[in-house]
Amino acid sequence: MKAIIDVKRFNPENDSEEYFQKYEIEVEESSTILDALIKIREDMDGTLALRCSCRASICGSCGMKVNGSAKLVCKTRLVDISPVGGKVQVEPLGNMPVIKDLVVDMNPFWNKVKQIKPYMKPDSEPKAEYIASNESMTHLVDVMNCIMCGACVSDCTALEVDKNFIGPAALAKAYRFVADPRDDESVERLGFLNKNSGVWDCTRCYACVEVCPKGVAPMDRIMKMRDLAINEGFKNTSGYRHTESFVKSVGKFGRLDEANLALTSVGFFNIFGLIDLAIVGIRAFVRGKLPPIIPHKAKRNENIKRIVKKLENK
Amino acid sequence: MSNHDLLIIGAGLAGLRAAVEGVRQGLNVAVITKVHPVRSHSNAAQGGINAALTDRGDDWRDHALSTIKGSDYLADQDAVEIMCREAGDALIELEHMGVIFSRDDEGKLGTRAFGGQKKARTFFVGAITGSAMLHVLYEQSVKYNLSIYEEWFVTKLVKIHGKCVGVIAIDMKTGKVESISAKSVVIATGGAGRVFEPSTNAIICTGDGLSLALRSGAELMDTEMIQYHPTTLAGNGILLSEAARGEGAYLVNSEGERFMKKYAPDYMELASRDVVSRAEQTEIDEGRGINGCVLLDMRHLGKKFIGERLGYLQEVATEFMGIDLAEKPIPIKPGMHYIMGGIKTDSNGATSVPGLYAAGECANVSVHGANRLGANSLLDTVVFGRRSAVNSVEWVKNNKQIDIPEEILSSEKDRFQSILDKPSSGIRPGKLRLEMAEAMTKGIGVWRDEKSINNAWETVKNIRSDYENIYIDDKGKVFNTDLIGALELDFMIDVAESICAGAKARKESRGAHFRTDLKSRDDKNWLKHTLVNKNDEDFLVKTSEVKITDWKPEERVY
Repeated sequence: MKAIIDVKRFNPENDSEEYFQKYEIEVEESSTILDALIKIREDMDGTLALRCSCRASICGSCGMKVNGSAKLVCKTRLVDISPVGGKVQVEPLGNMPVIKDLVVDMNPFWNKVKQIKPYMKPDSEPKAEYIASNESMTHLVDVMNCIMCGACVSDCTALEVDKNFIGPAALAKAYRFVADPRDDESVERLGFLNKNSGVWDCTRCYACVEVCPKGVAPMDRIMKMRDLAINEGFKNTSGYRHTESFVKSVGKFGRLDEANLALTSVGFFNIFGLIDLAIVGIRAFVRGKLPPIIPHKAKRNENIKRIVKKLENK
Repeated sequence: MSNHDLLIIGAGLAGLRAAVEGVRQGLNVAVITKVHPVRSHSNAAQGGINAALTDRGDDWRDHALSTIKGSDYLADQDAVEIMCREAGDALIELEHMGVIFSRDDEGKLGTRAFGGQKKARTFFVGAITGSAMLHVLYEQSVKYNLSIYEEWFVTKLVKIHGKCVGVIAIDMKTGKVESISAKSVVIATGGAGRVFEPSTNAIICTGDGLSLALRSGAELMDTEMIQYHPTTLAGNGILLSEAARGEGAYLVNSEGERFMKKYAPDYMELASRDVVSRAEQTEIDEGRGINGCVLLDMRHLGKKFIGERLGYLQEVATEFMGIDLAEKPIPIKPGMHYIMGGIKTDSNGATSVPGLYAAGECANVSVHGANRLGANSLLDTVVFGRRSAVNSVEWVKNNKQIDIPEEILSSEKDRFQSILDKPSSGIRPGKLRLEMAEAMTKGIGVWRDEKSINNAWETVKNIRSDYENIYIDDKGKVFNTDLIGALELDFMIDVAESICAGAKARKESRGAHFRTDLKSRDDKNWLKHTLVNKNDEDFLVKTSEVKITDWKPEERVY
């Protein structure tokens, strides 16, 4: 069958800006996007740069954006992306600088991974293997499925606005150690991850869960680490205060008390944070968007209260 | 010019394990690799790693016997003894580093059965054992702050006064060509699957190290021993792990018969890989296949079990074939998978070139002989990766760093420039590669004979002369994969010729080398290694004795 592939090109040696180039090629019905790209490179245009290796979704080299969302192109079949003759647009991964064409600079990605101290830190080692339940290990296999392809980082909406956010891949990797019964520094790790740029900076948009080609569900791991951090007593974060205030507000009014939520999240003793918040507040007021100081109660608030109570007692 | 005590080419399991050991031994270590370490092909090992744990009553000698029988008695038995004896410690060390091996009910390391062995001694992480190990070794490289030349492509080993003193390499991100001097070099570049088509191997498996070694005067050994894995997908050659059969999957022909009972009544689906691949090919050749395949059936294992223990297989089957393994058998066929042959080393990784070591798939110690047992390759990488680094310590202590002369660097630069300068007409390297690889699969397949080997070799020789007429589109410096592809093809042509030379020389059938014109094993004349050397244009073959310790060659029945 014929396929039309629109590839985003950029060669720093020749081009002042990125552009799209269309390739028309003949491929098999069963072809993946990687098959097509290799065919283009080998038969039509050797200047096209891309990374690829295993062809079997285990090496993580060929993360790219396809029609706007990150995928491993070796396991993405053309026919699944677009009907015959339809548009397939291939771009380099997002949130990473482009080196050339579809090749991105993953150094920022690996530096984040290094930040979380990605290696076992046991206090002491047994003579033979560690004794651990099969369930605890199988649970970790799901995270070890991560092949560091960068798809989640590419499409992470929090990273888009905050380059310092550790990001979904490195945080999922962190979970792999936090949840490993053989590691003895879970608490220290949680202490680090609880800080700025850590677990609380995720906006819970689900993009990482959706694009992960290996079912690692990074966001779920991040949420789990929030729970674990709170359980370990790490409560002096706006993230934790936000969570608590959120629940209180719903329990009391049946809806969000937005003004109070903002205040409690920042913290009453956080002078700089309060000044920032005041500026935001003034701007919201000018535009007529300031939430009510005393919140309205929800209709049938009693029912909501009962639900909240039930959940709290669970 | 930078310099190191120990420079390791390749960042797969063997390379990283060597690097970690080098750092522990106090050497100034660097790894140079054409892909980021976790992209290395060690990733693709699925089923597990063998080890006889003595504290649970297993015996390394039994593992050694299985390995030697599997090798069709071509493995050097002293090397096999070392590997099997050190397996337990290597496994426990990996576990301590953080590999999340599957557990039994008591929380101890769990096992699964694997081919060619009666005892279940394969330790595993689902069906992603290689990946799980590779990522952990990468973690260790972060822990030890290892210096890594990432996405650098080595084009030449530099030899001065007969010693290996470093490499010339291209920094792919910038196109810069540099010399890196090192007192010792370990080649850990993995396999050469791209010399065949199809293959289970990754696109990066171009046998660079084999050619680098050959060109620097090292010998390759038993190059004719090419493993065809019994369960690969038709077309793209993607691997489905032996773990499937280890966990109980059946092989079935078009008549619904578990045909292995005819070929290996005792071991059935878990006979050695060469035996199972030949059985499948016989069924297919005799008309009991389905579109050139037989069927791998694991429906009886159940969806939950498949998901838990063979999850990656299920992923591959679903994504690439649209088959749910719990619902339908999957068509599979023998496919090129592994090279038992490689750079000849002693059991400490030393090659015949002073200062040059090799470990992993590119090396031939020899522990796999004429046929490798499943789950012995991961073991090979960590045991001999470590040993090569340990062994280099003494060499590093007694040898000074030698600067690489400017002329060597500039002559390499000229070589690349001549490829870049070729006129924009001629043959693309990709096309030549495919032609060569298809000829190799045809000539040096599950079956081979004098004629098919000659045909393959003839094609490769033609490819070598056609190589003069290649051209590449990309004339730039930044990430020029077109140029890298052309240089890889240059390496692959050497590897292909070495394979043909070994195959032509061995006048018998042994393990994976099955000649339809010489069907039996000939211990009298051929209980020997083939050694391939390159001398200007010619590939010369000598032989050497196989080291036999306690296990006398016997008839091989499964």
